[in-house]
Amino acid sequence: MSRGFEFRAQQMVLALALMAGGATAEYLLGRTRLVIAGSEFTSIGLLLGGLVFYAGILVIVAMFRNETYLSLALLLPSMIAVAIFVYGFIGWSIRVSLSKWTGLTPDFTWVGLQQYSELLQNDFRFGIDARNTGVFTVGFILGCLVIGLALAILLDQRLKGEAIFRGIFLFPMSISFIASGVVWSWLMNPAVGDRITGINLLFKMLHLDFLISLWHSTPQPWGMAFTVIPAVWQLSGFTMALYLGGLRSIPEEMREAARVDGASEFQIYRYIIMPLLQPVTLSAVIILGHMSLKIFDLIVAIGHKDMRLDVPGIYMWTTTFDGTKYAQGAAIGVLMLVSVAILVVPYLVYNMRTEAEL
Amino acid sequence: MRRRAALNTFFYLALIAAAVVFLLPVYMMVLTGVKPIGEIDLKTMWSLPLQGFHIDNFIAGYEQLAPNLNNSLMMVIPEALLSSLLGSINGYLLAKWRFRGSNLVFSLILFGMFIPYQSILIPLVKFMQYIKLYGDLPGLVLVHIIYGIPITTLIFRNYYAGIGTEVLEAARIDGASLAGVYRYIVFPLSAPSFAVVIIWQFTQAWNEFLFAVILTNQSHWPVTVALNNLAGSQLVQWNVLMAATLLAALPTLLVYVFLGRYFLRGLMAGALKG
Repeated sequence: MSRGFEFRAQQMVLALALMAGGATAEYLLGRTRLVIAGSEFTSIGLLLGGLVFYAGILVIVAMFRNETYLSLALLLPSMIAVAIFVYGFIGWSIRVSLSKWTGLTPDFTWVGLQQYSELLQNDFRFGIDARNTGVFTVGFILGCLVIGLALAILLDQRLKGEAIFRGIFLFPMSISFIASGVVWSWLMNPAVGDRITGINLLFKMLHLDFLISLWHSTPQPWGMAFTVIPAVWQLSGFTMALYLGGLRSIPEEMREAARVDGASEFQIYRYIIMPLLQPVTLSAVIILGHMSLKIFDLIVAIGHKDMRLDVPGIYMWTTTFDGTKYAQGAAIGVLMLVSVAILVVPYLVYNMRTEAEL
Repeated sequence: MRRRAALNTFFYLALIAAAVVFLLPVYMMVLTGVKPIGEIDLKTMWSLPLQGFHIDNFIAGYEQLAPNLNNSLMMVIPEALLSSLLGSINGYLLAKWRFRGSNLVFSLILFGMFIPYQSILIPLVKFMQYIKLYGDLPGLVLVHIIYGIPITTLIFRNYYAGIGTEVLEAARIDGASLAGVYRYIVFPLSAPSFAVVIIWQFTQAWNEFLFAVILTNQSHWPVTVALNNLAGSQLVQWNVLMAATLLAALPTLLVYVFLGRYFLRGLMAGALKG
């Protein structure tokens, strides 16, 4: 590949035209507003103008006969966006969490780790949140893994109608946590006596009265455990799909060989298949775990800010935007981030290492 | 052989029992939705409609949510199209134009997929207010596109990694540039992963709640925020609420029913290693 710079007049004209167009757009939008159908588009216009200008620069970069430069230059806008909106904003949140900002006007007075020590040592509500998150995470992961694996093994028997069953187990995944929370909070209606309804009514009709439950109104911490039901309904099918993918990638010869050696079906699952499914379990635990550590909308839809079902995500929302305790809200957000990072970062680093070896 | 048949019967019974439980919420929603207003009673929640099928509840539910369904649609369509385009370019560059540190760059981008958005919420709100995109849909679209970069990049990168290097080498020898390889070889092969990403982003943005509730004002609420508000208010009967919930879930459900295999591929791409 020849290196260096190759001047091409046609492209140079194009580049200059793009840059001039972008600059003009910036200049005009800097002086006036852009409103389309009643919505404010000025900043979007500025962004697009900037991108047009940048396209001109890209055309010039393309004239250098080095495609690594071009590749980097093309990636740059996304990298900058992620750098600002993910890493920049995390840094900014950390800074807010080290201040005493309360009220609408920003106050960046440095108070060190005071917000964190308040939350972790003295804050009763945050204690409830941590416990609820723990209950939810354990119940959710176990529920999804056990039900997902059971369904995957059932579907792996190559019965007729497999596709239909798979579709039924997976469809809840496409519904929002809000919609599923709204429906399930009606199904899990804790009313008793004459007003009995929902699943409790179903239990009564089936003469399974001993199953009638107060659901998420059960005294804590067990009430929180019932909020897991809609979440498991939505994601056990996903876990099933992961396991089914794992099961189907195990060659049939392996099972045959074990059968020839006299192993029972149960032994085949116990000693051959389960160990081979361990990587799938790890992936599932990480995906499900990070979802449950930041669970928010489902609990909002079920509990409507009921303090007994509080989780850090809701606490952060209410304390920041209803209570204007920005510093405390930021500290909760950062603690949530730390809990997710402990789970996810080793996984990302491991993946990056194994990729690098390829 | 007889043992196998008995076992299969058991498996079928287990599968059918599980399927009944999985379909219960939808059954309840549809059942409630088609009953006439006079027949609505929490005590007879599970009874079949005695006076024939009605759609009054769905009309009432639609009246409640119509502006919000429209808002969601206006937000989701540009979001899904633009973020898939961005993801395609990023994925191509990171899969086929590796530079020193490209794995690190990819991992750093990927981390953005896992963060709890509460940890960036305060700066985000302040920033959106500063650039005057707070409260309206264009701002929400922009936010969804930016926080969608990790997952769209991941799906496209994994897909493009599967395109053989021989094809690309051949094109390079014929003198195709970086842009030429994308335009004449990679892009025409991308239709399946575009379908995956567009469907994935459509579903995600349609179902998303946190950004929607924080970044939009009441007249621009997407459907999830409006539905949650409806459920929390005492003004709406639960039968109308169930019909409204079904309407709010319908677009993603239909996408799933008709394009489910693409949906599943998006899921798997998000789950398996990057």
